[in-house]
Amino acid sequence: MTVGEKKRATYTIPVGPIHPALKEPVLLELSVDGEEIVDVDVLLGQVHRGIEWLGMNRNNPIQTIHLAERICGICNICHPFAFVMAVEHAAGITPPARAEYIRTIIAEMERIHSHLLWAGVAAHEIGFDTIFYLAWRVREDIMDLIEYVTGNRVTKAMFQIGGVRRDITEQQFPRIRQSLDYYKGIFDHLRKIFLEDKTIQMRTKNVGILKKEGALKLLTVGPTARASGVAKDVRQDQPYAAYADLDIKAMTPDILTGAVIGDTYDRIIVRLLEIKQSIEIIEQCLEKMPPGPILAQPKTAVLIKSLTKAEGEGVGRAEAPRGEVIHYVRLESGRETLSTWKVRAPTYVNLMCVPTILKGGQIADVPIAFASLDPCQSCTNRLVITDRVTGKKSVMSYEELRRLSVEKTKRLQQ
Amino acid sequence: MKVLSPQEIVDTFKKALGDDLIDAKIYQCEVAVKKNKFCSLWIEVKKSAFRNAVQHICRLQEYPHLAIISASDLGDNVELIYHFTIYYGRHLEELSVGLRVKLPKSDLRIPTITDLIPGALFTERETQEMMGVEVVGIPDKRRLFLPEDFPQGIYPWRTDEKGLPADMFRILPGREPK
Repeated sequence: MTVGEKKRATYTIPVGPIHPALKEPVLLELSVDGEEIVDVDVLLGQVHRGIEWLGMNRNNPIQTIHLAERICGICNICHPFAFVMAVEHAAGITPPARAEYIRTIIAEMERIHSHLLWAGVAAHEIGFDTIFYLAWRVREDIMDLIEYVTGNRVTKAMFQIGGVRRDITEQQFPRIRQSLDYYKGIFDHLRKIFLEDKTIQMRTKNVGILKKEGALKLLTVGPTARASGVAKDVRQDQPYAAYADLDIKAMTPDILTGAVIGDTYDRIIVRLLEIKQSIEIIEQCLEKMPPGPILAQPKTAVLIKSLTKAEGEGVGRAEAPRGEVIHYVRLESGRETLSTWKVRAPTYVNLMCVPTILKGGQIADVPIAFASLDPCQSCTNRLVITDRVTGKKSVMSYEELRRLSVEKTKRLQQ
Repeated sequence: MKVLSPQEIVDTFKKALGDDLIDAKIYQCEVAVKKNKFCSLWIEVKKSAFRNAVQHICRLQEYPHLAIISASDLGDNVELIYHFTIYYGRHLEELSVGLRVKLPKSDLRIPTITDLIPGALFTERETQEMMGVEVVGIPDKRRLFLPEDFPQGIYPWRTDEKGLPADMFRILPGREPK
């Protein structure tokens, strides 16, 4: 800075860790000059739960599948999916072809429900609650279908190393097709609402722009990257499970509009196109599903024993609704737990572009621009052993908190 | 950009790095009914040639995707694996490349690659705070996940005396670590 030149004073606004505009705890520190955002800092670590540490110190690999399911409430298919693939590569287990198809079907069901959930949240962020109610009403149908197929709405417990735990039988096909037909029937209606509505266009067009080069440099993945014109999709690039038998194309906004801008509106387009794509994938899988067993090794005790003996490492990559999930697993012979387990959820890398998309924008655009990444904090934050008490900058152990709580109860009783 | 086969990529690594290339493995398996190949490449290099190797990957693919750095405590060494993917955006052509480098515990330092791949910042910060590996030249030295007042010199991923002490976690009855 030269002499005489004055730097304009900026004001810092913390958004979060708990904030009405954020569905999960994250702290965004916005430096603002008037209404304009000058700089953004993302502070993580509010919901660390030590999941990787538990996989490396407490659980055997089969228990860890169910732990991986609990990394995230929404992506509870793709985490165990990537995890079992990593262990299968490490231990040299090949799952039967039928299991690969069942895995694909439930993963696509998850994508439909997750994208509809996001559509509702995005509408809510701009204050358009009528659409929020509509999107979540429409989402109920796929949730019912998921419950019908897997037995659960949220944690589905479908995965096993070397296969799946439940079959999808011929008798279930008509019910699945009924739901798919329902979504095909209302798709045009949804498209009209989300892409042609004036309010949505005003709030999302040219908001939160991420250019293609920025997306490539900051390693952005999933619909956020695809909306910026990076045709990157694990299902297309390095297909796993039944995706390898299907011809899948990454969805970019130019398929519909002929141009890529990389704004929030484009992210809506990509997610809508992916809902349609998921319906098509499930239909193809139902048609092509081969008969046969669903598990490579049905006896769990034998499987645990062989995994304890196994030595090796593997990487499992799956395309979650938010982008690529990658699990790295190392197995050591004679060790019951995993030797190393590293989880990378899509939000981990997608958060790096938050400063880019928010800079230069207005404070009022923060909720929708931030939500357009579909950030998932639980996936990203996984490893801490202390509880952070918000507000007070101190670390408190559970015992300490409990002691304080007991003291307060006693005080109130007096 | 020409897409090379895994074996050709190994050959270019041999040419570019010479003796600094310690090991190169190609892992292959078949997927589902059509038996398409699923392929990944594991490259191990000497610590001194680490940046050269990353630069070589940048030559193979403009903007290689760095998924994550995984770190394992192997006793005397800390092993870092940089999980890259190259040739993305094409059907069936993407390849995972795991770039492995071992650091002796006496000298836990690795140069930053944020100048080559800006998006590597988060994972370098995480490796630094969780494994105690010093990333030399990192533009942002702060912690990523751990709170500011987490004790210095304790690294949760380590299995030696610098790992988590027993009084930092609570063991529920019947839940002893294995």
